Amino acid sequence: MSHATLATEFVADRKRAAWHDSALWFVRSKRDKCAQALPEWESLREIASQIKQHTSSRLAEYLEEFERNATANGIQVHWARDAAEHNAIVLRLLQERNVKLLAKSKSMLTEECHLNPYLEKHGIEVVDTDLGERIVQWRNEPPSHIVLPAIHIKKEEVGELFHEKLGTIAGEFQPEYLTEAARVHLRQKFLEADAGLTGVNFAIAETGGFVVCTNEGNADLGASLPSLHIASMGIEKLIPKLHHLGVFLRLLARSATGQPITTYSSHFHAPRLGGELHVVLVDNGRSKLLASEEFRRSLNCIRCGACLNTCPVYRRSGGHSYESPVAGPIGSVLGPARDAAKNASLPFACTLCGSCTDVCPVKIPLHHQLLAWRKELADEKLVPADKRFAMKMAGLLFRSPWLYATAGRVGRFALRFAPRWLVYNRLNGWGRQRELPPAPKKSFRQLFRERKK
Amino acid sequence: MLPDYHWECQFTPAIQLFLLRSVHPWRLMRVGLFIPCYIDQLYPDVGLATLEVLESHGLDVHYPPAQTCCGQPMANTGCNADAKPVAQHFLTTFEPYDYVVGPSGSCVAMVRHHYHGLIDEAAEHRLAAKTFELCEFLVDVLKVTPPRHAFPYRVGLHQSCHGLRELRLGPCTEAQVSRVNKVRVLLEGLQGIEFCNLQRPDECCGFGGTFAVAEEAVSCMMGDDRIADHQQAGAQVMTAGDMSCLMHLEGLIRRQRKPLAVMHVAQILAGRQPQQV
Repeated sequence: MSHATLATEFVADRKRAAWHDSALWFVRSKRDKCAQALPEWESLREIASQIKQHTSSRLAEYLEEFERNATANGIQVHWARDAAEHNAIVLRLLQERNVKLLAKSKSMLTEECHLNPYLEKHGIEVVDTDLGERIVQWRNEPPSHIVLPAIHIKKEEVGELFHEKLGTIAGEFQPEYLTEAARVHLRQKFLEADAGLTGVNFAIAETGGFVVCTNEGNADLGASLPSLHIASMGIEKLIPKLHHLGVFLRLLARSATGQPITTYSSHFHAPRLGGELHVVLVDNGRSKLLASEEFRRSLNCIRCGACLNTCPVYRRSGGHSYESPVAGPIGSVLGPARDAAKNASLPFACTLCGSCTDVCPVKIPLHHQLLAWRKELADEKLVPADKRFAMKMAGLLFRSPWLYATAGRVGRFALRFAPRWLVYNRLNGWGRQRELPPAPKKSFRQLFRERKK
Repeated sequence: MLPDYHWECQFTPAIQLFLLRSVHPWRLMRVGLFIPCYIDQLYPDVGLATLEVLESHGLDVHYPPAQTCCGQPMANTGCNADAKPVAQHFLTTFEPYDYVVGPSGSCVAMVRHHYHGLIDEAAEHRLAAKTFELCEFLVDVLKVTPPRHAFPYRVGLHQSCHGLRELRLGPCTEAQVSRVNKVRVLLEGLQGIEFCNLQRPDECCGFGGTFAVAEEAVSCMMGDDRIADHQQAGAQVMTAGDMSCLMHLEGLIRRQRKPLAVMHVAQILAGRQPQQV
């Protein structure tokens, strides 16, 4: 389904859409305060963007450097060309060690690869240990936001869900109470788990280590309690040097949730004593983006979600209307790169307001990339035919001043004298909730000509 | 800063204009007036107001009647093949002028930043360097003293996104960059004007060209939210540098019969008063 159709359904519940909008605007405002507290904010963004662009320019070298250093530390590095290879590697690692229960912390990459259903199909129980992810997992839904996966769900609904799943008191929805219940439940899962899987926020070529940022500490438990730790990582997560990390840690949490830093920024350099540490490096379309001059900078993304929080369309249409593992502006850039036909409506779910570009901590020119996607999609005839036809007609009209002026006259005449029911017909999308501008008798060009006389 | 000829001068406007045209260096400046298609057809008074404002500064303003559209609707739909001849037509039409000035941040942003690949590159840079949005032309090029006539209303300034984030006509809440708000400084000198404090001073109105129809539900909700913000701030007049945002917002206001007047900045600068408050 197109974004517009799903967004219309979401907006149909105006109250809920308004609640969703204000919840995310609150996060955006927190981000503003936090960013404004740093006088060097804009230079941090610039430096971060340059580090990322530099890394992209010699990604192969840095990846090999990372592999060398990680291997020397005792980490086992795997390479996956696409989602299927990634899933197969993870499954093999789990099956070889006879793993029955996997404690997973948040990783958008595994959402992208649809790892959970794949593992479950092979008889492995997967528990998402991030609270928001656990909630959407129980609801059989994908996350609706990359940082706040359950932002579309109200606390009352979480209360009902927990009553059903965890036996909490019916009608009780105090966040502290529900969190405590989840904590008890998850602690048990952590202790039972045979393996832990985490994402990677930043991998450092120089040290061969990587960093995982969470607020709940769930990645740390998942990585430390079981003897097997698998980290899934998109190849764009790399930075060259350890001293670059500070730039990104300062930007990430401020942009994401308006915190100076995430509660936990955990560094992993080697397997824990008696354990194993595996890193799976995943391409899955990233090298295609790297090869594209137009869209290369989308690989700068550190998945902070700031563009989602600021996007006026995302806030009012909800993450699920994008039908893509990553929603919002960055999702609308990455989605069509993965499957242009399926995600053709996403670059049009945007007013080109440019707020995402200004909020992005790594300076991805998001709204320009969305515009560039529209061009690609139109070239591939993936823009609806009626829209393309209308633009073809408009192009012909605007080429001829006489044709344009005449069409204007006829149109205005029709608007002035046609009966209301005819103008505001079912096909008039503009007029459903809006009046058309009152058509003036004379256009500016006519008035200008008369004024000269 | 130049003397304030027009609002405090003792001479009658006709004599002022005569003096300006005969002695002032600006008389040599040939300005091509760019009136975007929908303003031409639907809001002729905004075009007239723009013309009056420019002429009041003694400029030699020409309106080339061959102009049609800047090509933005086609380009923003991705149909560059259809936008190309329109952009080429725009270039040819405005080639003879020293400056191209238009009352729309969005259309000017199209000409200035998005003609790449649509017209020849040298022409693209030449055109970009001489094309200005009305307010930035008044502030940056003419460096005018803001007008001081009476406009005793509570005004909500809607900051159109393309003016704000493409042309950088003012500071935006996302970035830590201090900028002069070129729309606001022009209005600030008006007698009795009072600016409303909006809760979200630079959120998009939801127009977005074809978005307004293709994503009608979200578009209208965004518009309603903007209007509610202006109303809670007590605005009597909503103004902006872009008539397209205002066309969308006014459409909602009129359908819901809300007591909020809508005016383009050029109309306020030209001395118009709101029709109903």
